[in-house]
Amino acid sequence: MMHFLLLFSRQGKLRLQKWFTPIPEREKKKIVRDMTTMVLGRKPRSCNFLHWKDLKIVYKKYASLYFCCGLDAEENELLALEVLHRYVELLDKYFGNVCELDIIFNFEKAYFILDEFLLGGEVQETSKQVVSRSIEASDMLQEVSERPRSR
Amino acid sequence: MPAVSKGDGMRGLAVFISDIRNCKSKEAEIKRINKELANIRSKFKGDKALDGYSKKKYVCKLLFIFLLGHDIDFGHMEAVNLLSSNKYTEKQIGYLFISVLVNSNSDLISLINNAIKNDLSSRNPTFMNLALHCIANVGSREMAEAFAAEVPRILVAGDTMDSVKQSAALCLLRLNRTSPDLVLMGEWTARVVHLLNDQHLGVVTAATSLITTLAQKSPEDFKTSVSLAVARLSRIVSSASTDLQDYTYYFVAAPWLSVKLLRLLQCYPPPEDGAIRGRLTECLETILNKAQEPPKSKKVQHSNAKNAVLFEAISLIIHHDSEPTLLVRACNQLGQFLQHRETNLRYLALESMCTLASSEFSHEAVKTHIETVINALKSERDVSVRQRAVDLLYAMCDRSNAKQIVAEMLSYLETADYSIREEIVLKVAILAEKYAVDYTWYVDTILNLIRFAGDYVSDEVWYRVIQIVINRDEVQGYAAKTVFEALQAPACHENLVKVGGYILGEFGNLIAGDSRSSPLIQFDLLHSKFHLCSVPTRALLLSAYIKFINLFPEVKGTIQEVLRSDSQLRNADVELQQRAVEYLRLSSIASTDILATVLEEMPPFPERESSILAKLKRKKGPGNLHPDLDENRKERSANGGTVAASPTPSTDLLGLGSTITTQNSAPPASKGTSLLVDVFSENIAAFPVETPVAVGPVADENFSRDISYIPTVHWGTLGIFVGIQSWQSIQFINPKIPDMRCLPLAPFPSRFVCKNNGVLYENQLLQIGLKSEFRQNLGRMYVFFGNKTSTQFMNFGWPFTAPYCAFFLTVSLQLNVHAKPADPTVDGGAQLQQILNIECMSDFVDAPVLNIQFRYGGTLQNVAVKLPITLNKFFQPTEMTSQDFFQRWKQLGAPQQEVQKIFKAKHSMDTEVTKAKIMGFGAALLDGVDPNPSNFVGAGVIHTKTTQVGCLLRLEPNTQAQMYRLTLRTSRDTVSQRLCDLLSEQF
Repeated sequence: MMHFLLLFSRQGKLRLQKWFTPIPEREKKKIVRDMTTMVLGRKPRSCNFLHWKDLKIVYKKYASLYFCCGLDAEENELLALEVLHRYVELLDKYFGNVCELDIIFNFEKAYFILDEFLLGGEVQETSKQVVSRSIEASDMLQEVSERPRSR
Repeated sequence: MPAVSKGDGMRGLAVFISDIRNCKSKEAEIKRINKELANIRSKFKGDKALDGYSKKKYVCKLLFIFLLGHDIDFGHMEAVNLLSSNKYTEKQIGYLFISVLVNSNSDLISLINNAIKNDLSSRNPTFMNLALHCIANVGSREMAEAFAAEVPRILVAGDTMDSVKQSAALCLLRLNRTSPDLVLMGEWTARVVHLLNDQHLGVVTAATSLITTLAQKSPEDFKTSVSLAVARLSRIVSSASTDLQDYTYYFVAAPWLSVKLLRLLQCYPPPEDGAIRGRLTECLETILNKAQEPPKSKKVQHSNAKNAVLFEAISLIIHHDSEPTLLVRACNQLGQFLQHRETNLRYLALESMCTLASSEFSHEAVKTHIETVINALKSERDVSVRQRAVDLLYAMCDRSNAKQIVAEMLSYLETADYSIREEIVLKVAILAEKYAVDYTWYVDTILNLIRFAGDYVSDEVWYRVIQIVINRDEVQGYAAKTVFEALQAPACHENLVKVGGYILGEFGNLIAGDSRSSPLIQFDLLHSKFHLCSVPTRALLLSAYIKFINLFPEVKGTIQEVLRSDSQLRNADVELQQRAVEYLRLSSIASTDILATVLEEMPPFPERESSILAKLKRKKGPGNLHPDLDENRKERSANGGTVAASPTPSTDLLGLGSTITTQNSAPPASKGTSLLVDVFSENIAAFPVETPVAVGPVADENFSRDISYIPTVHWGTLGIFVGIQSWQSIQFINPKIPDMRCLPLAPFPSRFVCKNNGVLYENQLLQIGLKSEFRQNLGRMYVFFGNKTSTQFMNFGWPFTAPYCAFFLTVSLQLNVHAKPADPTVDGGAQLQQILNIECMSDFVDAPVLNIQFRYGGTLQNVAVKLPITLNKFFQPTEMTSQDFFQRWKQLGAPQQEVQKIFKAKHSMDTEVTKAKIMGFGAALLDGVDPNPSNFVGAGVIHTKTTQVGCLLRLEPNTQAQMYRLTLRTSRDTVSQRLCDLLSEQF
């Protein structure tokens, strides 16, 4: 299973954090620090995998954002790379050419999309169409319920 | 701001985020956040009822603030209210807040559970999904209790929507991980397995994850999933790439599901049913064949997905370890990847091959790639790839290639990255020992290790070479000659001096016949290194010298002169001084016979598992050990099945397959109480080494005076274990600490933070009182154990019925705690005093734990209490003027240096009591510094051995609100945090 997923910028600013196991806040901060220093310190064109404690770390850079996740030792690294990629695709489809700012300003949406895709550290739905449809459906719900307010 | 405004735009939120982004400094950001928090707090507290939209907006802002890394201590109630909103967006934000800020507040949990229950029974799939996501995200025990029965029902119900089934499956998986005892699958098992046949591939994917986890725990119950999984896999593998529509990912058919199915099959042995087994083999062959086909797309996603399935198939093949053709094909495939231009694939190929190397069918095939792997070690640019190459070389090593592999690793060591040097040293040491046919090669290898990477040669490694040399007559002369030659180098590593001192002290006589290495030359050579060495090494050398006096009577005069010199007899270090005094005395008064008995050659060490291996295991953690654990299997194939694994005592030293037993293995010196055992290193527990001095019963008179010797022992990485021994009854400590760790731990009363004396602990039998004093980074604590009964406490302190007495402490690395020996019995009604000397090395959080065990009546009593040694004990008050204070306050303005806490008063807000507490805390109370006379201001310096940390504090009481605000500024963030935590508990 996946233990955590972090999105951070080149400057080490955390943009999204998702924890799939209960971890105390202090420990989380330490992990974030370790991950940012470790991943940002890697030379370009290094491999995308690392060992860290008992976990496998898989990361990939998309434009200015690093996507980084920690996996159990028996997980498949290559597929985890594609999990990251699929998430980027989902964000891209929703925001249309997603950029870091989209995730900063619509962080709640980024979390909702992630919840549709991954749950409990496992892939829930791999079809891009199905995930996008359910996000759209909930957006429709929002619009319906918002309408009376924006009279 | 981006143009996206699908659904609802929360303008206020966007403005707030913009503001934060525009902040030029951390301070400005904090100021803006505090302003916002105040605003939100007043809105929530205001009498005007907030509409749902505003509530949602503010909760979302709080969430944003929390995710920025700030603490949020309110708003939970408002978030819970949102859960029951009938507007989807409000509900959604409420759930998000709850998922991120899990709060163990029990009344809230029941409210949350209520809301979830309503949504689960709403039959609205969107709401049900939200609720299930929330359960999966929080996954707490309370939730498991509330929903462990409900979720399986939703999962298997016929009318549940597919998307809800998927959420339910993974939700159940999460609950099963956190509270397996509450998730009872019993009646649902068959129906859950049947989900593998579901029409909807998304449902199958989620269900496969669930079934895999359940099958790992109770394989028997889910055995029927094997045939279903094989059938499903077969259908996917043979489908055309477009058949699965959106489940085809870059021309690869359902890679996620394929990998999950292959993982599920790894919970089981190869299927027994021939037909199923044939079908599975077909699948695996197809996957291997596809790897040879030209790629359908140039995109990296295509090759990643395709290879992900391939690697998982190879894992299954290795797991089954039964089909030689498949294993060899897998090995060849990985061999191709070893030279692939994608770094990721080279990395994974090296990693997978490590496991293949332990299979008897493929071990030989893996070995054919040795040149490629060695080349990878030399030429890979990425250290993590090189690390995998080292692992693989280690795994593929056997008698036939050991010399080559060890030589390559040694030469790589010279340029290896610092981060992996220690591990390589350990691996080389293990391989050299394990495959040594000729022990001269082993000795050379270890000496080379010390030469190339002396700093990374841990104590275990040099202990081990000594142990082996002592146990093997045939190598002793060679070892003496080799270390003698190695020591000729003008600059040699201290570890070499240690090994050299020990070996020459034992076996110098074997080379003394050669005039080039006469006794005097040997001695001069060793002594020329003496002054450059650290205290433990010098101590060892002194022991080597006394051994020389026995071996070579002709150098006695020279050595006695050295021992007699002021630099030895009056050495500032007690240990060295004591050795010099005692050895000098021993050499002058004892007869040759007695000397020969006392200083006779070390007896052979008992065979046991290599401590090096144990260390490597500790370093790597579980999961990376298969090469070692599967050694037996490999040995079989390497030797053509003729030699049983490790038949001789020499190879048995590695004790493969056994767990890490070294820690608790019986110490060699326990043969008698008369062996003088010495501890040079801190690592006595991991590997006790005896000094070259074997003291006989006679010598006891000379030695058994009053010296207590206190070793500090690392126990794993968990902490330090301080035991007490006296030389009268030297024995190794048998650190069965894990037993003691299970004891219920009594925390110290918080009043001890500001007080040094008082009763720490009391039960019907025992009272523990404390008196302590601290100055700068040092402290002394008197611990009084009062026997409240009328009967004697026997074996007081030490948890074992050993003849000597000790009790022990578990402390962190940041504190040194030494104890003096105490009496092993405490009479009824009497009191035992124990003195602890404490040294603070650097700032710390964890208090040391005092473990006490004693026998009362017939039963053993255990007590474990935390000692109130807190960071503020090392406070020295500093007086300063108002001007000074504010100047320093400003200097310490960086955001991480300040920690602030606002909290409710727990006691009455009495000014005098507060003053006394601040002074008791250790800071100087500064009058007239703060313009507001009701505020308290303090200053002081925390002393640790490594640094001194200046601390300023300010406490602002608000009597109306019964609240305090406490601010700490120090030059170190950890200190600020700790002091703030400690002090805020006091009011």
